[in-house]
Amino acid sequence: MPDNKEIDQLSGVETTGHEWDGLKELNNPLPRWWLWTFYITIIWGIGYTIAYPAWPMVNKATAGLLGWSSRGEVAEDIKAHEDKNQALVAELVAADMTDLAATPDLRRYAVARGASVFRAFCSQCHGSGAAGATGYPNLLDDDWLWGGSIDEIAATVRYGIRTENDDARFSEMPAFGDFLEEAEIDAVVKYVFSLSGGSIDQATLETGRQVFLDGCASCHGDSGLGDRDQGAPNLADAIWLYGNDPEAVKTTVKYSRFGVMPGWDERLSEADIRAVSAYVHSLGGGEE
Amino acid sequence: MNYFKLIVLGLIMILAAMAADWGQDLAYRLHAFLIFIIAFVLFVWVLRRTDEPAAHPPDPSEYNDGVIRAGVIATAFWGLAGFLVGTFIAFQLAFPALNFDWAQPFANFGRLRPLHTSAVIFAFGGNALIATSFYVVQRTSGVRLFGNNLAWFVFWGYQLFIVMAATGYLLGATQSKEYAEPEWYVDIWLTIVWVAYLAVYLGTIFNRKERHIYVANWFYLSFIITVAMLHLINNLSIPVTILGSKSVQVFAGVQDAMTQWWYGHNAVGFFLTAGFLGMMYYFLPKQAGRPVFSYKLSIIHFWALIFLYIWAGPHHLHYTALPDWASTLGMVFSVVLWMPSWGGMINGLMTLQGAWDKLRTDPIIRMFVLSLGFYGMSTFEGPMMSIRAVNSLSHYTDWTIGHVHSGALGWNGMITFACIYFLTPRLWGRDKMYSMSAINWHFWLATIGIVLYASSMWVTGIMEGLMWREVDSQGFLVNSFADTVAAKFPMYVVRGLGGVLYLSGAVIMCWNMWMTIRGAKPAIAHVPNATPAE
Repeated sequence: MPDNKEIDQLSGVETTGHEWDGLKELNNPLPRWWLWTFYITIIWGIGYTIAYPAWPMVNKATAGLLGWSSRGEVAEDIKAHEDKNQALVAELVAADMTDLAATPDLRRYAVARGASVFRAFCSQCHGSGAAGATGYPNLLDDDWLWGGSIDEIAATVRYGIRTENDDARFSEMPAFGDFLEEAEIDAVVKYVFSLSGGSIDQATLETGRQVFLDGCASCHGDSGLGDRDQGAPNLADAIWLYGNDPEAVKTTVKYSRFGVMPGWDERLSEADIRAVSAYVHSLGGGEE
Repeated sequence: MNYFKLIVLGLIMILAAMAADWGQDLAYRLHAFLIFIIAFVLFVWVLRRTDEPAAHPPDPSEYNDGVIRAGVIATAFWGLAGFLVGTFIAFQLAFPALNFDWAQPFANFGRLRPLHTSAVIFAFGGNALIATSFYVVQRTSGVRLFGNNLAWFVFWGYQLFIVMAATGYLLGATQSKEYAEPEWYVDIWLTIVWVAYLAVYLGTIFNRKERHIYVANWFYLSFIITVAMLHLINNLSIPVTILGSKSVQVFAGVQDAMTQWWYGHNAVGFFLTAGFLGMMYYFLPKQAGRPVFSYKLSIIHFWALIFLYIWAGPHHLHYTALPDWASTLGMVFSVVLWMPSWGGMINGLMTLQGAWDKLRTDPIIRMFVLSLGFYGMSTFEGPMMSIRAVNSLSHYTDWTIGHVHSGALGWNGMITFACIYFLTPRLWGRDKMYSMSAINWHFWLATIGIVLYASSMWVTGIMEGLMWREVDSQGFLVNSFADTVAAKFPMYVVRGLGGVLYLSGAVIMCWNMWMTIRGAKPAIAHVPNATPAE
C-alpha cells in the first residue's frame, strides 16, 4: 500500500503515509529503554508468579516456591509478639490479681490484652465501650450485681451467670405475679422507685412498704440496698438493668428475669480471663 | 412514523404515571414523575410536527457539530457541579458541622460523596468523552455522524441518566457499589443509551472515507465496548419489586467484591485512561501541529494496555478474603502495566518534539503537557501501590484518595480543559478563546490546587497508615481510629483549599467560554467540510 510517505522536516523521520484531518504519524521505532523496561517487568512478573501463589489450576492454584501465604504472614506476626510476651503471660497466670498495681508493666499488658479479649468476646452484649444495654450491665459504673473486686469479676467471667456450671453465679427471683394482686404489684413498684426519690402518696407508701418487707426484703434487704452474695440488685441507686421505667420494673416483679452470661473457662485461656478481668476492673468501677 | 412515536410516548406516559402513583419509595416515584414529564413534552413536540411539511434534512456533507456544542457545555456545567460538591465534602470532612442537621439525611457526607464521584467521572468525564469522541470520529473518518438524531438521543439520554443517578443518591437510592451506585432501572437506561452510543460510533467508522482507522478511534472504541461489558456484569441484580428502586446483587461475598473491583479498576482503565488517551491522540498533535511521534509505539502500547488492564482489579482486594493467588496476579499485571501506560505519555510528549517552544506562548499546550505529566506520575504510582507490601501501608488511607485525585484532577481534568479550550472557538466559529490570560490563570490555579490536594493526601495517607500499624513494645495498637482523624485535620483543610483553587480555575474557564460564545463572530464563518484527505 504505497501511501504518501514523506520525510518530516523537523525530525528527519519518515511518516507512515497515512493522514487524517491533517494528522500524520512518524515511523519512529519503539524507544529502547521503554521496550527493555517492559521486558524486564514481564520477566520479573513471571518470576514472581513462580515464587508466590499465582496460577489457578484445576483443583487449586499453584502455591509458589516460597511457600508464602497472607494467612501465614499474619500468623507469624502474631507468633512473634506472643513469643516476646511469653514471660509476661507466665507472670500474669501466676500473679495475685489484687496486687496487679504493684507491677505496672504486667498491669499494662493485662489491661491491653483484656481490651482485645473484651472487643472480641464481650462487646456483643456489653457494647464496645462497655456501657452495656438494656438487660446487659453497664461495666463502667460502680454498681455491681455480684461484686466488683478483681477476683469477683474474674469468677463471674470464668463461670458465668445462671449457666450449667456448678460454680456459676446463680440466683432466681420468684415471679410475684403468681402470689400478688395487681394493685399490690403497682404499689410495690411505686415504693421501689420511691427509694431513689420517686414521688409516692402516703397510702401507697404504706401498702408498698408492707408488700416489700413481706416479699422482697429477704433478698434485697430491708432498705432495698441489695445483697451481692445472692446477686440481689441494689434497688435504691436509680440504676435499672431492664430500663428506667415503672413498666419494666413491673414486668420484672410479675414475671421475674433470668439473664444469662456464658462462662468463659472453656473458651478463654487462664491468661485471657485474668486479662479481661483486669480490663473490666480498670474501667472505673473496680473495687479493692 | 409520527403516529407510532405518539403511541409509544403515550404508553410511556401511562406507565410512568402508574409507577409514580404506586412506587414504593421517593426516588422511584420522583424518577417516574420525571419520565412522565419528559414523555409529555416530547408527545406535545411530536404532535405539533405531525402532518406538517418535513424540515430540511441535514446536509450529509456537513459534520454534526450541534450535539458536540451541547456536549462541551454539559461538560463544563457538570464539571463545575462536581468540583463544587467535591470541595464541599472536603470541608465536611475537616469540619463535620457542615453536615447540617437541617439538611439531613439528604446532604450528609455519605450521600454527597457518590454524587461528587459520579458527577466528576461520569457527568464531567463522560460528557467530555462523548463530545470529543463525536468530534474526533467525524474528523478522522471524514464523514458525518451515523444515525442523525441518534447522537442527540445519546446526549439527552446520558443527561437523563446523570440526573436520575444524582437525585437517586440524594434520596437514598443506591446499590452501594462504588462508582456503580445507580439502581437497576437507571442501569437499564444507561445500557440503552450506551448501545445507541456504540451504534453511532461504529456506524460512523463503518462509513469512513479514510482507509485506516486513526489511533484515537481505537482508544475510544475500546472504551465504549469495555465500559458496556463492565457495566452489564457488575450491575447484574434482581429488583426487589418492579415498583421500587431497591435491588439485590446476584453475586455475594468475595465474588461480589471481585466483580466490583474488576469493574471499578477498569472504570479507571477504560473510562479514565483509554478514553482520555483517545482525546490525547487527536487534540494534542492538532494543537501542537506536529505528527504523532511513533505509530509503532501507539499500536504496541494500545494492545498491551487493554490486554493487561482488565486483569489488574484484584489489587484493590489485597489482604482480604480474596485468595492469595488472585491477589498476586492482580499485582503482577498492575506492575507489568506500567510501561504500556507510559507508552501513551511518551507518545504524547515526544509528539511535541520541535514544538516545545510553544510551551512558553500557548497555555493550552502547557495544559496538555501537565496532564501527561500527571498521567505519567499516577500510572507509576498506581503499579507501585499495587505491590502488596506498599499496599499494606497505603490501603484504606488517604494516600489512595491522593493518588486518584492526582490522576483525576491532573490528567483527566487538565486534558479536558485543554480540549474545551481547543473546541470552543472552533465549534462556535471564533478565532480563539476570548481571553488567553484567563486560560493562563486557570492553568496556574488548577496546578497549585492539584499540588495542594495531592501532597496533603500523601502526607495524611502515609501518616495514617503508620499510625494504624503502630504497636507498643508489648504488641498492642497505640492509636485509636479517632487519634488518626484528629491528626489529619490540618491536612484536610489544605486539601479543601486545593479544591477551592481548582474550582476557581473552572469558574474562570466557564466565564471565558461564555464570553467566547457570546462574542462577535468573525466576518467569514468557518464551516469545516467533510473532505477526505486522500
